[in-house]
Amino acid sequence: MQLERHMDGDVTVIALAGSLDSATAPDLREYFEQLVPGRSAVLLDLGRMSCLSSAGLRVLLVICRQAERNGARLTLAGVPAEVRAIMAATGFLEFFAVAETVAAGVQALAA
Amino acid sequence: MNQAPAPALTAPARARRLPERIDAYPTHQISGFAVRAGHPLPFGATLVPGGINFSVYSNHATDMTLVLFRRGEPQPFAELPFPPSFRTGGVYAMTVFGLDAEACEYGYRADGPYRPRDGHRFDPGRILLDPYARLISGAHQCGIARSARDRYPYRAQVPRDDFDWEDDQPLNLPSCDLVIYELHVRGFTRHPSSGVSCPGTYAALIEKIPYLRELGINCVELMPVFEYDELDNPRSDPVTGRRLYNYWGYNPLGFFAPKASYAATGRYGLQVDEFKNMVKKLHKAGIEVLLDVVFNHTAEGDERGPAISFRSLDNATYYMLTTNGQYHNFSGTGNTLNCNHPVVRGFVLDCLRYWAAQFHIDGFRFDLAAILGRAPDGSVLANPPLLESLAHDPVLRDCKLIAEAWDAAGLYQVGKFPDYGRWSEWNGRYRDGVRRFLKGDLGTVAELATRLAGSADLYGRRGPAATINFVTAHDGFTLRDLVSYNHKHNEANGEGNRDGENANLSWNCGHEGPTDDPQIRALRDRQTRNALLILLSSQGIPMLLAGDEAGRTQHGNNNAYCHDGPLTWLDWNLVRQNADLHRFARLAIAFRRAHPVLRHGPPARSGQPDSALPATSWHGVRAWKPDWAPHSRLLAVMRHARDGTTHDCVYLAANSHWEEHSLELPALPDGLAWHLFAHTAAQPPREINEPGREPPLDNQTQVRIGPRSVLVLAARPPQQSPEEEPCRIVR
Repeated sequence: MQLERHMDGDVTVIALAGSLDSATAPDLREYFEQLVPGRSAVLLDLGRMSCLSSAGLRVLLVICRQAERNGARLTLAGVPAEVRAIMAATGFLEFFAVAETVAAGVQALAA
Repeated sequence: MNQAPAPALTAPARARRLPERIDAYPTHQISGFAVRAGHPLPFGATLVPGGINFSVYSNHATDMTLVLFRRGEPQPFAELPFPPSFRTGGVYAMTVFGLDAEACEYGYRADGPYRPRDGHRFDPGRILLDPYARLISGAHQCGIARSARDRYPYRAQVPRDDFDWEDDQPLNLPSCDLVIYELHVRGFTRHPSSGVSCPGTYAALIEKIPYLRELGINCVELMPVFEYDELDNPRSDPVTGRRLYNYWGYNPLGFFAPKASYAATGRYGLQVDEFKNMVKKLHKAGIEVLLDVVFNHTAEGDERGPAISFRSLDNATYYMLTTNGQYHNFSGTGNTLNCNHPVVRGFVLDCLRYWAAQFHIDGFRFDLAAILGRAPDGSVLANPPLLESLAHDPVLRDCKLIAEAWDAAGLYQVGKFPDYGRWSEWNGRYRDGVRRFLKGDLGTVAELATRLAGSADLYGRRGPAATINFVTAHDGFTLRDLVSYNHKHNEANGEGNRDGENANLSWNCGHEGPTDDPQIRALRDRQTRNALLILLSSQGIPMLLAGDEAGRTQHGNNNAYCHDGPLTWLDWNLVRQNADLHRFARLAIAFRRAHPVLRHGPPARSGQPDSALPATSWHGVRAWKPDWAPHSRLLAVMRHARDGTTHDCVYLAANSHWEEHSLELPALPDGLAWHLFAHTAAQPPREINEPGREPPLDNQTQVRIGPRSVLVLAARPPQQSPEEEPCRIVR
């Protein structure tokens, strides 16, 4: 898993590439704890995510809840169809704000 | 003396970084893995800080080995024998550190005596499935044969049991208010016409919640969802040559594991989450979830069957055996789980607690439950400890417990199942009594009366919540076939039509199978409605078979357990094609909901002294004069309850005679008038009305009932509504 971060206006955009599973989930959590400031707007771009496991689902929800507690707003964007289907079937999808594209997500968060 | 300051109730943030346990480190190395003596409880494999705790028990094993696989790989990558110091009694427990639960699968080898005459069938050459496995991989696609070379086809994994239930709880609906809908998770949505995104899955069931709600269903009973082997059927269809399956799933091999191939996410090992989400969404829609559970046998069959788990782990404990070590077969499937052995009793209890606590299941229907009252030698117990334990267990206290109160060896306990004030029963005598009346048998009116009124002969002490009323279930004809076939047509099952029930109490209305004869077709439509209306107007808990509301057929096959295809899948086009029937079922359910007297009415014998009308009264062609004679084919019942000034009063007449009759109606108290809810002799859509909007009868003293018809009236104050034209009974 690789993570890249850039700013788009006031929105922190984090692009995740590769597999989010039990091996990489702790890294994502740590990354968020260290690099995402409170009361910010964060867009997590999953467009290049290759695989999402049980641990991956959970870490996404944990960082989302953590962000909410810190007053940040988190939106997912570019969720691959397969990943989206997994998240829908397990009920995880409804916990997230989801944008179709990164641009749409940034726009929604900036509004 | 100064008191020490009270410790802060919340730990400082820094403290949360401290190690959470003082035993989260290894003490031994086994086969290159860092391990320590594990926790014997809970049984099964559990995520613990730093690793996985494995606990497995066997009272007769001499040695146990943990076998680890990388996910999906044919050969194990490690085998870890349990040292003697890791054993507590018959429990072997080990914590293995540094294992990635997502990347590994596990099994066991158990060593011990191989002496079948003494009941022991240990075979350390086999890799065994953990009886407590909560996640089983290797079988996530229905009907796909696993590699014949795979020595361990069903593989245990360790799921995460955290789930965000939000505020979900089991619904705890009053039993009498339930309308149960028995469905097969795969068959319900697998047909291409279902229009769902992932046909045949738990997730797809969520997409059909609006359908269930609209129909008025508040409880689904899921046919077996524990991991089972659908491939264990060696037969093939004699005509098409296609292989047959064990599609129904009364063939469990993993009692703690939701069936992977019913999950859209099974290939990712997310069936536990998907199942929980399904329950949560059903609950949100006000629908309870009952599981059809099979604790009478396992998929291991008799001595010729495979050793998957129990047989080589502790055969003499898990199975009922004869004195020379052969398998008792009270289930008709080769073996019988030894449910009243103290160890197996604990296993069953652990399993049900798990489903109730972790999956928020509302209740259970026990397949061939009479077996659960047999002792290890097969004799029938007066006070079976398993049934008593289940009845009084605190975790299960609010769960519905429903017995299929018979077994395959002739034990028939309908009405006398050891109930401990808790158990309900599938009322087989309700099914048979209503079927006999409907087909026009003589001498059935008195029994119909008993069945309509909650079967007080069987459940007088326990009340109507003890009787699960049904006319059809998965096992037997569908409702459409019940009125279309005199005989079973099971040739496609590959057993020369010898399998399946012979005494179906069905009537084909004049022609065996499909016909263009409009009179026969009309009669079948009427008989279908008669059955639904009687069922939904009876005291007790009604259960519908999925698809009966849409006229689903299995072309006369009354034992379709082996067909995974259009024969058993619900064709959703039927809902449109038979929209009138579907509407009829929906309104009959709505009528039941609108009239508590149909659900909670007191037993037949108790009157209400403060009321002008008795709670239950019987009528015939003449009011207050039921005809109980053996040749009678007509019966009417009036139910009445009063709450203050509000009356709840329903009159139902059932005529199985081929002639119409004129019925004298009982007089109503002042201010009430008879309104026509349903008359199955009328042409759809006039055969039924919206509850609360029934038209008043123009003649309040006489009403005609058509041949082989059911008529239902509701008494209520006449409303001066322009749309309520007085109603003449039309045929």
